[in-house]
Amino acid sequence: MQHGKYRFIVGFLAVPLGLYVLFVIWPFIQSIYYSFTDWTGLSPEFKMVGFDNYSRMLDDDVFWKSLWHSLLFALVLPLVTIGFALFLAFMINVGGRRRRGGPVVSGVRGSSFYKIVYFFPQVLSIAIVALLFAFAYNPDSGAINSAFKAIGLDSVQPLWLGDPDLALWCVMAVLVWSTVGFFVVLFSAGMASIPAELYEAALLDGANRVNTFFRLTLPLLWDTVQSGWVYMGILALGAESFAVVQIMTTGPGGPDYSTTVMVLYVYQKAFRDGQAAYATTIGVALLVVTLAFAAIVMRLGRRERLEF
Amino acid sequence: MGSTSAHNGRESVGRRDLILRSAALGLVSVPAVGFLSACASSGGDSEDKAESGKKTKANPLGVNDTAQMEFVLFDGGFGKEYAEDAVKVYEQKFPKASVKFSATQKIQTTLQPRFNQGTPPDLIDNSGAEQMDMGVLVGKKQLADLTPLLDAPSYDDPAKKVRDTLRPGIVEMGQFDGDPVWIMYYAYTVYGVWYSQKALDSLDEQYPETWDQMLAVCEKAKKKGMAGWTYAGKYPYYLPFSLFPMIGKVGGREVLDAIDNLEPNAWKHPAVKACFEAYYELYKKGYILRGTPGLDHIQSQTAWAKGKALFIPNGSWVENESANVIPADFDLAVSGPTGLDSSDKLPFGAIWASGGEPFIVPAKAKNPSGGMEQLRIMLSEASSKNFTSKVKSLTAFNGGTDGIELTPGLKSGVAALDKAGDNVLNPRLQDWYVQLNKEQVGVSGLGEMMAGRLTPAEAIKKIQGFADTAAKDSSIKHYKHQ
Repeated sequence: MQHGKYRFIVGFLAVPLGLYVLFVIWPFIQSIYYSFTDWTGLSPEFKMVGFDNYSRMLDDDVFWKSLWHSLLFALVLPLVTIGFALFLAFMINVGGRRRRGGPVVSGVRGSSFYKIVYFFPQVLSIAIVALLFAFAYNPDSGAINSAFKAIGLDSVQPLWLGDPDLALWCVMAVLVWSTVGFFVVLFSAGMASIPAELYEAALLDGANRVNTFFRLTLPLLWDTVQSGWVYMGILALGAESFAVVQIMTTGPGGPDYSTTVMVLYVYQKAFRDGQAAYATTIGVALLVVTLAFAAIVMRLGRRERLEF
Repeated sequence: MGSTSAHNGRESVGRRDLILRSAALGLVSVPAVGFLSACASSGGDSEDKAESGKKTKANPLGVNDTAQMEFVLFDGGFGKEYAEDAVKVYEQKFPKASVKFSATQKIQTTLQPRFNQGTPPDLIDNSGAEQMDMGVLVGKKQLADLTPLLDAPSYDDPAKKVRDTLRPGIVEMGQFDGDPVWIMYYAYTVYGVWYSQKALDSLDEQYPETWDQMLAVCEKAKKKGMAGWTYAGKYPYYLPFSLFPMIGKVGGREVLDAIDNLEPNAWKHPAVKACFEAYYELYKKGYILRGTPGLDHIQSQTAWAKGKALFIPNGSWVENESANVIPADFDLAVSGPTGLDSSDKLPFGAIWASGGEPFIVPAKAKNPSGGMEQLRIMLSEASSKNFTSKVKSLTAFNGGTDGIELTPGLKSGVAALDKAGDNVLNPRLQDWYVQLNKEQVGVSGLGEMMAGRLTPAEAIKKIQGFADTAAKDSSIKHYKHQ
C-alpha cells in the first residue's frame, strides 16, 4: 500500500509543484543566468560576460545605498508597524478599564468603532495612498504644512519629500499608516482566542496592563507576531516599497538617492537604462537579502510553543 | 484547546515553516527578478519582409500597396486623433493595404517582447514614461535608417525633399553617431522661461534680458508678496530647460556641446559656473517660492498659474498640461533665458527648441517603407496643421501655423522661435544620457543646489564627477556632436 499512497500524494502535488517550478523556480534560474550576460532587454542578442555585472554591482555606490535603505525598510517598518499594531490591538481588546458587571477583559470605550476605522486604509490601493500622501506632503499647500500654519507654526514648514533627511521617513510613515490596520485586525483575532480565565488570573494576581501585555498577551500571540513580521518584511522589500518610492519621491529615488530602494533600482536599470542583465544581478542580490531576512526572522523567532 | 502555532504538526514545524515561508518570500521577489525573464529572448527570425512596390512619383518610397502596415502610437498628452487622421490618408492612398493601428500608453510592455522576438510593428511612436531606450535600440541595430524618407520628395512639393521642410535641429536629433537618421521627432517643443505677461505688466516690468534686471524684477515681485521663481522641485531636471540654454547663451554653443560630449572638465567652464551662481543667487535672495523642492511638476505649475511665482522653467506642453489651472486672462508667454550681461556670446532670444514624440521604424519591421510613407504623410502641411490645431503644439514641419488660430502660449512660442532665428540651441544630455541627466545632474546636482544644500562649486564638482563616471562606463553607449 505504501507505493500507492505515494502515487496518490504525488498526483495531488504534481500540478501545484509544476506551476511553482514554471512560475517561480524557472524564472529564478533564468534570472541568475541572465545576470551573467550583457542582455539589454531591448534586443534578443546578448553574450556571456562572466562576473562583470557582479563586480560592477559591488563598486556601485547607488547599489549600496539602495541595499542599506532596503535593509532599513525591512528592520524599521516591521518593528514600528507591529509594535504600534500590538499596542492598538491590546487597547481595543484588553486595555479597557473594567466596568462593573461587564466582561473581565474588554477594550477601551468605542473600541469596535476604532477597529473599523483602523482597517480603512487597507481598503485603498497602495498607489492611491501614495498619491494622497504626496499631496499631503506638498510643502506649499499640502495638508500637513497647512495644518502647521493654521496652528501658528508658520516657521515650521519642512520640505518633507524634498528633504534628504526626512524623505525616507516620510515614505515609511505612509507604509505604516496603510498597513497597521491589517495587523490590528490580525492581532485582535489572535487576542480573541486567548481564554479570558488567564486574564482573570492575572488580574487576581494584581498585574497591571503593562505586565498583562508582556507576560501574557505577547507570549501567547507570538506565532501571529512572527508571521506578521515576515509578511511586513515582504512588503518592505518588495512591491509595496517600490510603489510608494516610485510614486511619491523626488526623482524618483531622491533627493540625492536618499530613498532609492533595491526594487526601484532593479526597475530603473531594466526599464529606464536598458540594462536588463545588470538589473537581474541586483535582483539576485535582492533574492539573497530576502531569503536571509526570512531565515533570520525564523531563527530569532523560534520559541517553545505554548499549549493552552 | 488552542495552540500558539497555526499548525498542529507534531515536531520540527519551525523548520518546515522556514522552508515554506522562504519559498513564499521567494514568490514575492519573483516579480522583481522573474519579470525580466518573462520577456526573455526566444523568438524566431522573421525574414518574411513585404516585397517592395514600384517606385513612382506618387509613391517615391516604393510602398507595396497590398502589404499590411502596423502602426503603434503612444497615447499620451497628444491623444491619438491626429494619427488616426493620418492613417486615413494612408488608407485612401493605398486602398488595398490593411492598416493595423493601435494606441497605448504602455509602449515598453507592449513592444519590448516583440522586439525580443524579432516581430516589431512598422512604425512606433516611442514616447512617454515607458519609452524604450533609444541608445540601446540604436546600439543593438534594432532601428531602420530613415534617410530614404528624408531624401524622398515632400508630400506637398515634389521639388523639395522632406529633409528641407523640417525645422532646425530635427534631423540632427535623429542621428546618434554618423549619418544615419534613426528617429523622426514629430512634435516640436520650445523650452524656456514661462510666465504670465499679465503678471509682468502688473509689476510694470518687461521680461528681463540681463541677470541684474532679473534680480530686480524678482525683488519687485517679492515686495508684492510673489515669489520670483518656482520649478518642479521633485523633478529638478526641469531646471535645465532654462539653465542649459542660458549656459549656451553666455558661453556659446561649444560649452553645451562639450557637456553633451562628456568632455573632461566640461562643467568647469566659467560660463557654467557663472550661470550656476546666478541661479543659486535666486535661492540665496529668497526669490524661490517657499517649499518648491518638495513640489512635483503639476504642483509647481499650479502654484505658478495661481500667481504665487512669476517664472517657471518648462516646455511648451505646459499650456496643455496646466490648461485647467491657467486663468483665461493669464496671457501665457515664453522667452529664451535671461543672460548675464552684454558680454554673452549669443544675443538675447537664443532659445532651446527641439523635437518631441520620437517616431521610429524598426529594422526588423515587415513593411518599413510603409512605416516611412506614413511618416511622410504626417509631415505634410495638412497633417501638421491638423496636429497643431488639435493638440496646441508645433510639429517638425517648418511652418504649418498660417490660417489656424494659435493659443497664447503657442503664439508666443512661434514668436520666440522667430526672434531666436539661427540661435536655436539643442542640448542632447536628456536623450543621450537619461540617468546622468535626470538622476545625477538633475536630482543630485541642481536639485540639491537650488534647495540650498550644495554651493554652486560643490554642485559643479559633483556633476563633473558623475559625467566623468558616465564617460568611463562601458555599459553606456557614448555619443558625440558631429
